Amino acid sequence: MTLVLREGYDAIAAAAVDCGCRFFSGYPMLPFTGLLDSFARELPRTGGVLIQADTEIEGANMALGAAATGARAATGSTGQGIALMQETIAEAALNELPLVVFNVARGQQDYFQATRGGGWGDYRTITLAPASVVEAAELTTLAFELADEWMTPVILYADHMIGFTQMTIEQRPADAVKPAPEKPWKLDGRSGGTGRSKVIWTWRQGKHNTPGPGPNLHWQNVAEKYELAQREARHVARDVDDAEVVVVSFGTTAAFVDYVVDELRADGHRIGTFRPVTLWPFPSDALGEIVLGDACKVVLVHELNAGQMIDDVRLAVEGAKPVHAIGGVSQDESGMRQGDLLQIDIIRTRLLDAMTGSTR
Amino acid sequence: MTARGTVVMALDRCKGCGLCVPVCRPGALEMTDERNAKGYVLPQLLDGCTGCRACAEVCPDFVFEVYRFDIGPAELTGSMMEVVE
Amino acid sequence: MTDVDLTGARRVATFAPDLLQSTEHHLCPGCGHPVAWRLLVEVLAELELVDRSIGVVGHGCYTQIITIADVEFLQCLHGRAPAVATGVKRMLPEHAIYTIQGDGDMVSEGLAEVLHAAARGESITCLMLNNGVFGDTGGQMTAATTVGQRTKTDLGGRTAAEHGHPIDVPEIVASFPGVAYVARGAVDKPNAVARTRRYLREAFASQLAGEGFSLVEVLTMCPTGWAVPTDQGAQYQRDQMNPTFPIGELRPRRPSAVAAPQDA
Repeated sequence: MTLVLREGYDAIAAAAVDCGCRFFSGYPMLPFTGLLDSFARELPRTGGVLIQADTEIEGANMALGAAATGARAATGSTGQGIALMQETIAEAALNELPLVVFNVARGQQDYFQATRGGGWGDYRTITLAPASVVEAAELTTLAFELADEWMTPVILYADHMIGFTQMTIEQRPADAVKPAPEKPWKLDGRSGGTGRSKVIWTWRQGKHNTPGPGPNLHWQNVAEKYELAQREARHVARDVDDAEVVVVSFGTTAAFVDYVVDELRADGHRIGTFRPVTLWPFPSDALGEIVLGDACKVVLVHELNAGQMIDDVRLAVEGAKPVHAIGGVSQDESGMRQGDLLQIDIIRTRLLDAMTGSTR
Repeated sequence: MTARGTVVMALDRCKGCGLCVPVCRPGALEMTDERNAKGYVLPQLLDGCTGCRACAEVCPDFVFEVYRFDIGPAELTGSMMEVVE
Repeated sequence: MTDVDLTGARRVATFAPDLLQSTEHHLCPGCGHPVAWRLLVEVLAELELVDRSIGVVGHGCYTQIITIADVEFLQCLHGRAPAVATGVKRMLPEHAIYTIQGDGDMVSEGLAEVLHAAARGESITCLMLNNGVFGDTGGQMTAATTVGQRTKTDLGGRTAAEHGHPIDVPEIVASFPGVAYVARGAVDKPNAVARTRRYLREAFASQLAGEGFSLVEVLTMCPTGWAVPTDQGAQYQRDQMNPTFPIGELRPRRPSAVAAPQDA
């Protein structure tokens, strides 16, 4: 086992290139820019292509084009730039093209953007939210695998903290990477002139010789596909079996919550944590099972925004137990990453206040 | 023989746009009052076609298939040599 | 079909290229787009690109080509075709990759995409079918509508004072160092059709030779959008559009040029 010290940006880019990503396009925006720089260094070692696009919209569309040829392709930005890519992400979803989108976010305020989406139509984006550099590298590989398996865009929700933190990670051998699946739908020109040439089109009406399902049936099929994709829900639950209090958080915030909850456990509190690894599909069944058990009395949600993931928590709990928000909008002075609500003293105070019933 | 060429027209798909008429140098096409099943007025071929393919070149609806008879000048009647501007 | 005696006759023009799976389409009487479609598939067949080309098609009346032409297509978002085509070409560099866009698609929505692709000297061929209107949405003005042209959103006719001037993309990109071939053709009369066929052939040849970015604009009649009788569409185009958008090769090929910006 080889261990290397890697900055988050490099870890993600290396993981992507190691699992066969051959195309990356993006536009600079802090804190995403570090990932763009990392891809510029990593891609040449396998002959991949990096294009710095001239707008985010261009970058997303270039990656979509590359994906249509069957290549593992990715783009990325920071939330404000991901906002510009919404139409393109929806287009990829309704074209059923695999496309990995890296959001190196300025914090936790992009949960709605990632899980509800700002594009058109009935689509979902599988969203993976790592809590550390190590997990970011693992989930990068998973993102490409899920994108190919489900023929859909997948968002990797990283952030400033992951990007800039250095951690020891295990360097995986090349043969540890699963090969990409065959893609019979990809465009390579070869069906031209056969009478059965391919067309990729969100309306999927097909061609004169090979009619397609048409928009109504196609979009129904896509919606059904996302129903099936619910089985990709992943989570991490710690100390929940006898927990009276279950604290839900996501991404890098969860590492701080886990730290405080471990201390409170040691002090004798019956408290545990639940962290969705997939923001979509949200692990509702798993959370519901824990919360509806006899032990749990209350669910507390710590996210650094005005309350986004809490909607999904409430949907999972279905009113069976009380759900309270203990987080809030919190950015540091630069606006580029989470702020004071990561402080373990503040988290501890809020958890204790909530557990003794005092309101915030 | 009064024509060096002729056309076969798929008039069921003609949309009566009339673009073929002015491009025919011999003036061998004119629009009629006949209509196809879609309701569009249709062209008809008069004498004088040279098989030059101008109609096929500009037709948006692929109505024309063009033929030439490959006959020599000696076999033409006098009217063939007039070109209508 | 008409009843014709074909004894001794030699066919010199078929109804349509074999590459069209159907000759039926929904475009208006007198529309120039189908003629441009025909030229494109003729050139693809002639240059033996049928099984190694991919068309990236924007949004407009012309989009219907993807349902009848027997080559591979990727239909994409309005204006974005040059960016999408870039991603395709970088993964399939030996293929002929081209876009089909209208003036609304390329000059209005997609101006940034086409200019950046041209500036990069991207080895793709962009085709713009220019009728000076957004036809598919019923006939509104675009960034290429000519001064004096009336559409649904400039009912008194375009004026420079109120609407500014139209943008001529071929003239702009012809000056970029990484651009290999630029031409503007039309389909209003047979010799224009013949010239446009040649321009398309040159554009694809320049791509295959690795010379850089190529662009062909084709003026196409839209009597519906222009509110003129169909048999006057061709003359209206000559009177109204040709003066603003002259026909010809704006940047001829220089076969010795390599696809990289040279010191000018």
